[in-house]
Amino acid sequence: MKQIGNLNKAGKNNITIIIIMFLLCIAPVFLSDFRTNLLGKFVAFAILALGIDLIWGYTGILSLGHGVYFGIGAYCMAMYLKLEADGGKLPDFMSWSGRETLPWFWKPFEIAPVAVLMALVLPTLIALIIGYLTFKNRIKGVYFSILTQALSIIFVVLFVGQQEFTGGTNGITNFKTIFHFSLASGSTKLWLYYISVVLLLLAFFFCKFIINRRVGKVLIAIRDGENRARFSGYNPTIYKVFVYCISAALAGLAGAVYVPQVGIISPAEMGIVPSIEMVIWVAIGGRGSLNGAIIGAILVNLMKSGVSEKFPAVWSYFIGIAFVVVVIFMPSGLVGAFNKLKSKLKSIKINKSAKPAEDKILME
Amino acid sequence: MSPVLEINDLTVSFDGFKAVNNLSTAVKKGDIHFFIGPNGAGKTTLLDAICGRVKPAAGNIIFRDGSDVTKLSEHEIVELGIGRKFQVPSVFNGITIYENMELAAVKVRSLYSSLFTRLTKEQNERIKAVLNTIGLYEDRYNFPAKLSHGQKQWLEIGMLLVQQPEIMLLDEPVAGMGRKETEKTGELLRQISRQCSVVVVEHDMEFVRECANTVTVLHEGALLDEGDMESVQKNPKVIEVYLGRGERERLEE
Repeated sequence: MKQIGNLNKAGKNNITIIIIMFLLCIAPVFLSDFRTNLLGKFVAFAILALGIDLIWGYTGILSLGHGVYFGIGAYCMAMYLKLEADGGKLPDFMSWSGRETLPWFWKPFEIAPVAVLMALVLPTLIALIIGYLTFKNRIKGVYFSILTQALSIIFVVLFVGQQEFTGGTNGITNFKTIFHFSLASGSTKLWLYYISVVLLLLAFFFCKFIINRRVGKVLIAIRDGENRARFSGYNPTIYKVFVYCISAALAGLAGAVYVPQVGIISPAEMGIVPSIEMVIWVAIGGRGSLNGAIIGAILVNLMKSGVSEKFPAVWSYFIGIAFVVVVIFMPSGLVGAFNKLKSKLKSIKINKSAKPAEDKILME
Repeated sequence: MSPVLEINDLTVSFDGFKAVNNLSTAVKKGDIHFFIGPNGAGKTTLLDAICGRVKPAAGNIIFRDGSDVTKLSEHEIVELGIGRKFQVPSVFNGITIYENMELAAVKVRSLYSSLFTRLTKEQNERIKAVLNTIGLYEDRYNFPAKLSHGQKQWLEIGMLLVQQPEIMLLDEPVAGMGRKETEKTGELLRQISRQCSVVVVEHDMEFVRECANTVTVLHEGALLDEGDMESVQKNPKVIEVYLGRGERERLEE
């Protein structure tokens, strides 16, 4: 009976997210504009990390191609920003490639709400198609991971190759305004930062809703024993496609939030290396914990900018070592290690464990 | 007693090897029906065929309502009322015992219902009753990792029970259990058989003797004998292929 406390876990999690949000909200007071802008980028990454946590931490599906969905979301937003910057003229890279008219699929992106919507819808649709085909055919584990890597390569090659539509290797850049506010002004930047934080909070509660409902338990069940879940009457394909789509949509949202703050999107951000880095954020922060995903994404990127500013050459080694150390010594990440420490302290404090009646089978 | 499941001329082959060969039998309502036989006799394959894990090369399996389960997918078969327990205890370690039961107890397992509905009062009551039956009510907010091997098996049986199946398929439920746990499991099965038919694949002869109403002996995928344990035990063919010399000596004593 004393275990009922477990049910109130949700309350405990809320304290962590409140602390995170509080810190993010007051951060601009102490940081320079440049640093705030940088932090805003990390907040975008945190939104994406939530999605990866849903599919990897909770459902046990390792996607190494989430850069694609991030990139597509970012490109959708970038197309809008580019069109607004060029004010009705053909984007510069198109005329360099010899195009004279705007391609038909660029047209809808002149309208801001459409672009924002597409940043969510397009990744979801692509994930729906790819997810359905792979999960339906019961492709899983390492095969799925390899497939998503291939997906990432395909999209990079496609975006580099279609220079007249995508800006090629350089990507899309030189934005001026967003919703007619100048991107260069400090107040726009601050607004963008706070919008990112609010979106992160909304994404968090959205994920929390999923986790707390029965669907969250089904996802964990699929992770722990897909066959058992199937023989409990659940169709894992549908649940996997669902969570894949959700995580793709969150990645798309992250991309859309990222672009106006960073000012450029190029195919490099969609590649395998950034995709793997995204997974590492979640691994370090703590998979299977929404707070862990947020903390991991922000912390790793803070370290990244700290280390790479001072010692640009060693960053890759640094994250590699951090990843190995976490995987070996803290399999459930920083949050997991913290929780373990806390429950250890608690059990020392209580120092008595009540063993429940064992021979209680065969009731009254 | 009317059959809840009829198996007609079932053949399952793997690359030409017939794991189940032209088998016909029926599971009666409320029966505890054991399938025994030496390793490789096709017992587990038979269960796999019933729950849709493998598709037969020939024959059919007709459920009480007339549907042919060999044409259905796994989760559809579950919805029909056929629950399956695997040999290795497989419960969901990442969620609490209560949540394990919750997943099994719901009737509509669509994405929509998993997102937007909660358990009904009746389902909650049923979970509570089953948890009491398997003796895990006090542990309901713990994670299954803390349970003993036997308790995990009971949890899994409980998950099946709360699904309210018409047939429960159990693959070696007492493997790895001590004598005491085995006895409790037998008791549990007798209780369950009041609500549904139980099909068991088992090696533990003691356990079969204790619990079985009907015993089907398989040998090389085919039916060797069927009846109650008494009669099956006396069949010289059965003694020859399955029960083995030790058992024969014991019978002669």
